Amino acid sequence: MKILNCPLNGPRNISEFVWGGEYKKMPDPATATDAQWTEYLFLEDNIAGEIHEWWLHAPTNYWFIARRNTVSDVILETMTADTFFARAAGDRL
Amino acid sequence: MSANSKGRIAGPDYGLFIDRSKPLTFTFDGKLFNGFQGDVIASALFAEGQSLLSRSFKYHRPRGLLTLAGHDANTLVQVAEEPNVRADRHALTDGTAVKSINRLGTLDFDLYAGLEYFSRFLPVGFYYKTFFRPEWAWKYWEKPIRRLAGLGHLEPKAKHKYYDKEYLFVDVLVVGAGQAGIEAAIAAAEAGTETLLVDEWPEIGGSLLFGRGARGRAATIAARRALASRARSTPKLTIMTNTTVSGLFADDWASAISGNRLYKIRSKHTVLACGAFDQPLVFRNNDRPGIMFADAAQRLLRLYGVRPGSRAVVATSNRFGYETALDLIDAGVDVAAVVDLSSEPHAAASSAVRDRGVRILSNTTLVDARGKKHVEGASVAKITSEGQVSAAIEWIACDLVVMSVGYAPAVNLASHAGAKVSYDSSINMHRVTDSPDGISVAGSMAGVWSDALIGVHARRIGESAAAHAKGGSAPRSMAPVVDPETASITHPYPIFSDDKAKDFVDFDEDLQVKDIVNTIKDGYDDIQLVKRYSTEGFGPSQGRHANLNTIRIVAKETGKTLEAIGTTTFRPPLVPEKFAHMAGRAFEPVRLTAMHHRHIELGADMMTAGLWMRPAYYGAKATADEAIAAEVAAVRNGAGMIDVSTLGGLDIRGPDAAAFIERMYTWAYEKQPVGRARYALMTDMSGIIIDDGVACRLHDRHFYVTATTSAVDQVYRAMTWFNVQWKMDVDVANVTAAYAGVNLAGPKSREVIQKLESDIDFSKDAFPYMAVRTGQLAGIPVRVLRVGFVGELGYEIHCPSGLGEALWDKLISAGQPFGLKPFGVEAQRILRLEKGHIIVGQDTDGLTHPLEANMEWALAKKKPFYVGKRSIEMQVAKGLKRKLVGFTLVDPSSLVPKECHLVIRGGDIIGRVTSVVRSPTLQKVVGLAYVPLDLTEQGKRFEIRADKGVMVEAEVIPAPFYDPENKRQEL
Repeated sequence: MKILNCPLNGPRNISEFVWGGEYKKMPDPATATDAQWTEYLFLEDNIAGEIHEWWLHAPTNYWFIARRNTVSDVILETMTADTFFARAAGDRL
Repeated sequence: MSANSKGRIAGPDYGLFIDRSKPLTFTFDGKLFNGFQGDVIASALFAEGQSLLSRSFKYHRPRGLLTLAGHDANTLVQVAEEPNVRADRHALTDGTAVKSINRLGTLDFDLYAGLEYFSRFLPVGFYYKTFFRPEWAWKYWEKPIRRLAGLGHLEPKAKHKYYDKEYLFVDVLVVGAGQAGIEAAIAAAEAGTETLLVDEWPEIGGSLLFGRGARGRAATIAARRALASRARSTPKLTIMTNTTVSGLFADDWASAISGNRLYKIRSKHTVLACGAFDQPLVFRNNDRPGIMFADAAQRLLRLYGVRPGSRAVVATSNRFGYETALDLIDAGVDVAAVVDLSSEPHAAASSAVRDRGVRILSNTTLVDARGKKHVEGASVAKITSEGQVSAAIEWIACDLVVMSVGYAPAVNLASHAGAKVSYDSSINMHRVTDSPDGISVAGSMAGVWSDALIGVHARRIGESAAAHAKGGSAPRSMAPVVDPETASITHPYPIFSDDKAKDFVDFDEDLQVKDIVNTIKDGYDDIQLVKRYSTEGFGPSQGRHANLNTIRIVAKETGKTLEAIGTTTFRPPLVPEKFAHMAGRAFEPVRLTAMHHRHIELGADMMTAGLWMRPAYYGAKATADEAIAAEVAAVRNGAGMIDVSTLGGLDIRGPDAAAFIERMYTWAYEKQPVGRARYALMTDMSGIIIDDGVACRLHDRHFYVTATTSAVDQVYRAMTWFNVQWKMDVDVANVTAAYAGVNLAGPKSREVIQKLESDIDFSKDAFPYMAVRTGQLAGIPVRVLRVGFVGELGYEIHCPSGLGEALWDKLISAGQPFGLKPFGVEAQRILRLEKGHIIVGQDTDGLTHPLEANMEWALAKKKPFYVGKRSIEMQVAKGLKRKLVGFTLVDPSSLVPKECHLVIRGGDIIGRVTSVVRSPTLQKVVGLAYVPLDLTEQGKRFEIRADKGVMVEAEVIPAPFYDPENKRQEL
């Protein structure tokens, strides 16, 4: 069983976590075309490589971001959502 | 036969595991046998001359023990109600009733054994080719085929015994307590890390327990004793015996089985020292009972004190065959010949045997065996080239054939954890390459075979494992250890095929050389396809003794190298894991409300609702319908109360509380006055309804929002997920478990509540419909909501969970003069449906958006944003395809359809019933159904296919069915 290092709770069994999907920036609903909105909702890039994804530590209901390699399944780092958004400055939804 | 039967050998070095002072008796197929404490079933049977243990899977050929290590399928037996027990690993207990399996008639005279003579009509892929057409015929074939192929007997009446699980946390886990494992474990513990050494046998020592060793048995015994006592006296080293690691998973997480317990072991580093599996010599009739691996013969001698035979032929290509020959001679077995596949026998090992006057035939192999239920002789031939032989030279009479022609390292666990396994032609064996950080290998599994190198290498592995566990960097994958002895262990091609008779590659699946060859001829030449088409490695031994030879045959047939062919993937579990191990104590937790015991006292029939237990109705099962009707009548005419503690509750506080709820729910909340409640509908990003509840404004900056029992966790997750992105100044807390709740409903509910002392004014004008009040009720702090899920005047009273039972009791006694009746979920279902109120998840599905459920009134048009808004707008523009409507039955006496029954038109499915009930209040059947838009008008009729295909006509009627003007809830 994998261990995931929660920024709030430290290393825990992955069975305590819920996967929240790859991070995707929401287009502005007011200006997005129907096609853009549909793509945001239903289409995934499905990258073979490094991705940022949402994880929830279920017992504490804590959301954070993990950087993971989808090929090797190695979790390269985990970070708070704030850290993630600060890195991608201005990229907040 | 007496307990000191002819098969046992006396002496201190014979029978390490058995206690001769403790004789046992047991039965095998009803016949009485003797054994000793410490025996396994197979050893005790063999000692008394019962070498035939089972019938093979496909041809029902007689089979006996092969590995005596639990690695083969030949020893599967039934022990009482437990099927597929490995007789060579199952500890004998007094009075055990053992039965053989997979036979018709007796084990000695299996009527199915004739199948063998039809084998030419049962080629590889036979089932695929024969039974797939015509399709209808399979139902006739299936039963006899399954009967033929079945192994043990499943006893449906078997009771679940006690099984449990334990979690262990260590720094270094070492799997396998042979010489390498023990040395690695000692080194890791000495380096200061908490170390756990796990082994499947009752004693540590691995092959030192039974092997002879290059320096002789006495030296080996001394070495094992010294090693074991060093291990036992090493601080920080824990030893677990009789425990099998069955799987190794990500991040050094191992599963291990010991008796009825499943261990889940987490370490920081895992050292695998699992040894190697014997590989068979493939020749005609190589499956006869009495033909076994050299290790098995040594285990019989040393562990159980059983003489494996009286006259032996040893087939070998390495020193272990010669060592076994010496052991046999020492035990009084006549060794007729050592047949050595290599042209130049191992010099040191062979000379010792030759000195004992044993005939050694080099560059020779076995080509046939005689004797049906036990081997009676073996024939030998000269090897002319790879896999080819001259005509047989002679038959040698014997009752024991011992094979030692090579090994395959037990790489299974490493492979589970993601290590690569590749073939190394310089040693004729596979190697673990590229193992993940935190996994290393030692001993023969790492290609180290010579006594001198094993300890040195294993200690180094143990030290680096400890360093890694202490936080150092992972040990770099080392270059393969060069042990000059390793190349002499395994013969490159111990396969001497015979088209005319049975030469088995895979004993479990009865696969012969020609089956593998024909698989390739049928076009399946990739090793993965060979496995799946031929079923090689599918049996209980998972290819331990068949994979390597299969790969060799495929390489030969396709002209590729073994390196290029690769190997199939090893998957957990390594040994049989029972469902009972997985189930453990079968612990199924439920949540109980604060009033649970009151419901029980009142005789409630409890049902599960998600994780919760809720009263379905109060009364006996036999009179359920009357009880439910009486509960409904009480709410409609007097007063009723229901425990709604399971309802989800979220406290949302902060300066942005109202703005946050505006974004999460579809309606408008910014201008909602304090003290008012408002319906709250939640959609997801794609505009689908996912929950509903009531948003109560308790303070300018504080909302208390209810959610459905099953969805509250999802709602809470969604709210927090959005807010880590929106960063609004608001705090969301899931207070579901913190509050108990009672819904008091019915025309007399105001009179009931007013009987209790309170600082809340419950008069009609002071506390109108959809108002919210906080205060004290009978001394209990409460939040009171005037909402109308059941469509009557009513109060939903929430209080701290710890006071829930007190609140219930106060209400019960206050309601006594008014005929207050507690009601359950069943009555509530009827009451809400009479009002046409939907239940999210029952009347909505994964595609329902608000307009389909007639919820356009709950959508705020002017808000710039709420979750789902963009998608709902797109759906509105696209137009509706279906709508939820109320219906009744045209003929009130017709069969009542059920939930999920389909609406049919012209043979096509056009909709479905979501809720339906016979309303005691209205005296007719009412329900909700999805129908196409042309059927939504009042008076339109449609057909529902009810049970057994009966078509029932329904008519659209307006909902709510009861009190359409909603006057009663606003009383």
